[in-house]
Amino acid sequence: MLKTFPKGGVHPAEGKYSANNAIETLPLPKTVSIPIAQHIGAPSKPVVDKGDKVKVGDKIAESAGFVSANIHSSVSGTVVKIDNVMDSTGYKRPCVIIDVEGDEWNESIDRSTDLKKEISLTDKEIINKINESGIVGLGGATFPSHVKLSVPDGKKIDVLIINGVECEPYLTSDHRLMLEKAEEMLIGIQILMKALNVNVALIGVENNKPDAISNLQNIVKDYPGIEVHALKVQYPQGGEKQLIKALINREVPSGGLPLDVGAVVHNVGTALAVYEAVQKNKPLFERVVTLTGKSVKKPSNFMVRIGTPVSNLVEAAGGLPEDTGKIINGGPMMGKAVNSLEIPVVKGTSGILIMPAELSKRKKESNCIRCAKCVSVCPQGLEPYLLNKLALLEKNDKLEAGGVMDCIECGSCSYTCPAGLPLLDYIRLGKSRVSQIIRSRKQ
Amino acid sequence: MSKITISPSPHVYEDTTVKRLMFDVVIAMLPVLAISIYFFGMGAIIVTLTAVVSCLAFEWLIQKYMLKQEPSITDGSALVTGILLAFNVPTNLPIWIIIVGSLVAIGVGKMSFGGLGNNPFNPALVGRVFLLISFPVQMTSWPVPTGFSNSYTDAVTGATPLGVMKEGIGAGESVSAIMDKIPSHMEMFYGHMGGSMGEIAAVALLLGFVYLLIRKVITWHIPISIIATITIFTGILWMINPESNADPLFHLLTGGVLLGAIFMATDYVTSPMSVKGIWIYGVGIGLITVLIRVFGAYPEGVSFAILIMNAFVPLINMYIKPKRFGEVRND
Amino acid sequence: MSTIILFTIISLSAIGAIAAIILYFAAQKFKVFEDPRIDQVEENLPAANCGGCGYPGCRGFAEALVKSDDISDLYCPVGGNDTMSKVAEILGKAVEAKDPLVAVIRCSGSPEHRKKVNSYDGASTCVIVSGLYSGETACQYGCHGLGDCVEVCDFEAIYMDKETELPVVIDDACTACGACVKACPNDIIELRKKNKKDRKIFVSCVNMDKGGIAKKACDVACIGCKACVKVCAYDAIVVENFLAYIDPVKCKLCRKCVEVCPTNSILEINFPPRKVKPAQPVGEAEAKETPARSTGEKENDNNIINQEG
Ligand code: SF4
Ligand code: SF4
Repeated sequence: MLKTFPKGGVHPAEGKYSANNAIETLPLPKTVSIPIAQHIGAPSKPVVDKGDKVKVGDKIAESAGFVSANIHSSVSGTVVKIDNVMDSTGYKRPCVIIDVEGDEWNESIDRSTDLKKEISLTDKEIINKINESGIVGLGGATFPSHVKLSVPDGKKIDVLIINGVECEPYLTSDHRLMLEKAEEMLIGIQILMKALNVNVALIGVENNKPDAISNLQNIVKDYPGIEVHALKVQYPQGGEKQLIKALINREVPSGGLPLDVGAVVHNVGTALAVYEAVQKNKPLFERVVTLTGKSVKKPSNFMVRIGTPVSNLVEAAGGLPEDTGKIINGGPMMGKAVNSLEIPVVKGTSGILIMPAELSKRKKESNCIRCAKCVSVCPQGLEPYLLNKLALLEKNDKLEAGGVMDCIECGSCSYTCPAGLPLLDYIRLGKSRVSQIIRSRKQ
Repeated sequence: MSKITISPSPHVYEDTTVKRLMFDVVIAMLPVLAISIYFFGMGAIIVTLTAVVSCLAFEWLIQKYMLKQEPSITDGSALVTGILLAFNVPTNLPIWIIIVGSLVAIGVGKMSFGGLGNNPFNPALVGRVFLLISFPVQMTSWPVPTGFSNSYTDAVTGATPLGVMKEGIGAGESVSAIMDKIPSHMEMFYGHMGGSMGEIAAVALLLGFVYLLIRKVITWHIPISIIATITIFTGILWMINPESNADPLFHLLTGGVLLGAIFMATDYVTSPMSVKGIWIYGVGIGLITVLIRVFGAYPEGVSFAILIMNAFVPLINMYIKPKRFGEVRND
Repeated sequence: MSTIILFTIISLSAIGAIAAIILYFAAQKFKVFEDPRIDQVEENLPAANCGGCGYPGCRGFAEALVKSDDISDLYCPVGGNDTMSKVAEILGKAVEAKDPLVAVIRCSGSPEHRKKVNSYDGASTCVIVSGLYSGETACQYGCHGLGDCVEVCDFEAIYMDKETELPVVIDDACTACGACVKACPNDIIELRKKNKKDRKIFVSCVNMDKGGIAKKACDVACIGCKACVKVCAYDAIVVENFLAYIDPVKCKLCRKCVEVCPTNSILEINFPPRKVKPAQPVGEAEAKETPARSTGEKENDNNIINQEG
């Protein structure tokens, strides 16, 4: 029996069209717009000005607090301006806009492709390096990685969990990384293990990627302490709490963090970025992005510089299909629909999904028929139909008691509801109201 | 490119719709219908058609003219109610009584609460129980299954095995003596007995059950919890005294146990939301059914049992919650 | 049969009677002493329970009025000054008269002026849209048109105009309870001083983008050009973040700013048509004189014309 989480979950059609297409490097764009807020936490402070010349890897914005991250230039060229540009949040927000001139890298970056295995830095130095390099969770949550590695006093971490699940349908960027950069990734995992002082790292991969699993299993023999586990194909297997439960059978307490059960979870992409930062001194300025969709001519996986407009990727994948109805930043379950092709790729962009018009509209809404399907699929054991109703009625105290803050916004409930109710829309609303109340209560 | 759409996540949906679920239920009921027609002939057809047409008509009229909302009869729920109502009455019931039953089922049982999704009681059962109380004579004269030649108006009527059993035990006869007077278990299994139209053929009902399970329309919990409870409860009684209590299989095959457990107790709207709640509900229905059958005045109790437990569903939903992830701290 | 019915009736009535007795004694026993003035005050409140005063329901407000010594900060917008002075009389406390207010909608971005660039398909409320993205048009400040304000109004004083897809306030019904102001995620609705004959002058825009961007998104957006600031003789207009704001108290309703606004962002409502220049024939003048987008003229405007013209 494959490991999995115990309750709920759904199984949407996988549509991994780009799974067999190797990662290609996308040609440099003419200009990039690099948002100063690409991570969870305080937006960074720009340290460049209009007219400044920058090289690839130069710091252009500085972390503005503990939970924040540095941002580096992904191209060489001239800063044109710092202006508001529409980004994947759906709002115009400040970006550093750089005109690309050539491709000159900061001298300190080691551009060779040789594998560098021995880890010379100490744990503290590693964490500093990761912080310095602006690494955030590349699975999409974009939580600054150094924060996850800085374990507060009194907490003991005994296992590192590496998320290679990629349970979102369509996306294949992590899958390709596990095939093409497995060795680097494993060194990255070793670095993370050293930073956390743990001896065990478990990589969880959903069983629909047998090639990635066997590839990792072959190499992992040389890396003591690291294990690869195949997991059942079940959404949201990649949810942090679900993954921990599936792999080590510990349940993160409601309102708690993985470190409350002695675990830290990092994404495979993050592990690779850590390798590059620590061993090659290369800050995070590019990432793999899947560009896919049912009608896309050439579903692909691109290595893209941060700040590249999405339209460049679309062109490289054969242009925008005629029947485009929706453009999603991320996967179909948790991704965000965007309203422009000019939005820049950011650190958290794991994929761009182009949905044909006929798949873009929601089901027609009708009354809740109380079929309990939403209850049975909720991986968090909540009652979405009830939370939905309470959120509509603004019964915030009951919402809180109903565990609305435990919702991981996986969308399984909306996905499954036969009445086509926008359950998660309202639950999300209720969640934001309740979290405001909780915040004001703390003050 | 036309305008792109923006919506909150998720962006993909399962293709199940309310309509599909309802029509799956209808498909699952077809074998039952076929067997009823086989045994009861024209009567089954007339009763079903009347119930379905009048349920659809009442739903449409009420929505359109009384509630002034968009009629939603195409979602199939009124169709299901109609067929279920027909399944719950004898096949020689006069047309006007069926129409009254449909009116009560749709008008009182469903629309007065705000339509599909808001009704606390299973509408078909509301209709049936109303008819049973108002027209006890017509509702309990069951035609004998003589085959398709059975005519609608002047069918030969007889008692159901359950009725015979109840009367017999009441008169002090031994169970084995009564057993000789009624069809064998095998005959009951494929439906050769008197009874309401949809409750006779266990084989067809089970076929429907399997279909519903395969199509994931229902889960096994409710039917199995009811059937298990009835089996265990009547089994205990039977073991205590096999001469004054019928065996569990008899209880399962006669009356509306299977019809109720598979098609009526599983009604989404009126059953609990959590698995734990479902067990309470199922066990409750099983217990009440047996209590009524063995100790009560009526030979049959499934409808009442379901309605009584329906009434508890809101309470069950309020207090029995699914186990939340991370609820117990495991430090 | 009839005995059964008889039994039923008798037993039901008996149960009813017993329950009534129990309830009566329970009510007696658990009765708490309450200041009788609370009831008295509550009687004088409008019983709308709208929450416009900041308290949950009229009773809550009545309690607050009775309990606090200084009630000058408490105000029932629905009942207005009349109610407050009555309350003050009962309690023997002082209140100040306040200017009556009315809600105004500060967005004129109908589809005609503000093109839709994408289409939203999700739960139909403005807060969810605004949590998700900037909205169906290129203006991220304007009205989302899904009527959260209409939903919360207890007085049916606001409705969505089907054509403009914007909310419209019915001045006479609006009690200025502020529910819509709180409900609007984009802060489009403002409570402004109520003027004579419901006349209004205000900037009907909240777009804080630079002029060019704002204008591109919407024909009638405020571009922050300050033309209005220059003509205003009363210092009533300030421009901040490329957005003009007219102070309702300082404004003397002279209408000069309305004429100079290049994008017609400033609305004048319920004013008589401007003075006709004598050279022009009457019919033509009327057609021209109606300001570009003055809305909501009332029937009694004709009377005004008769009186003044
Ligand atoms: S899945 Fe939809 S219809 Fe079913 S209970 Fe949940 S909200 Fe209601
Ligand atoms: S309630 Fe939240 S956690 Fe549960 S299924 Fe819905 S989105 Fe997922």
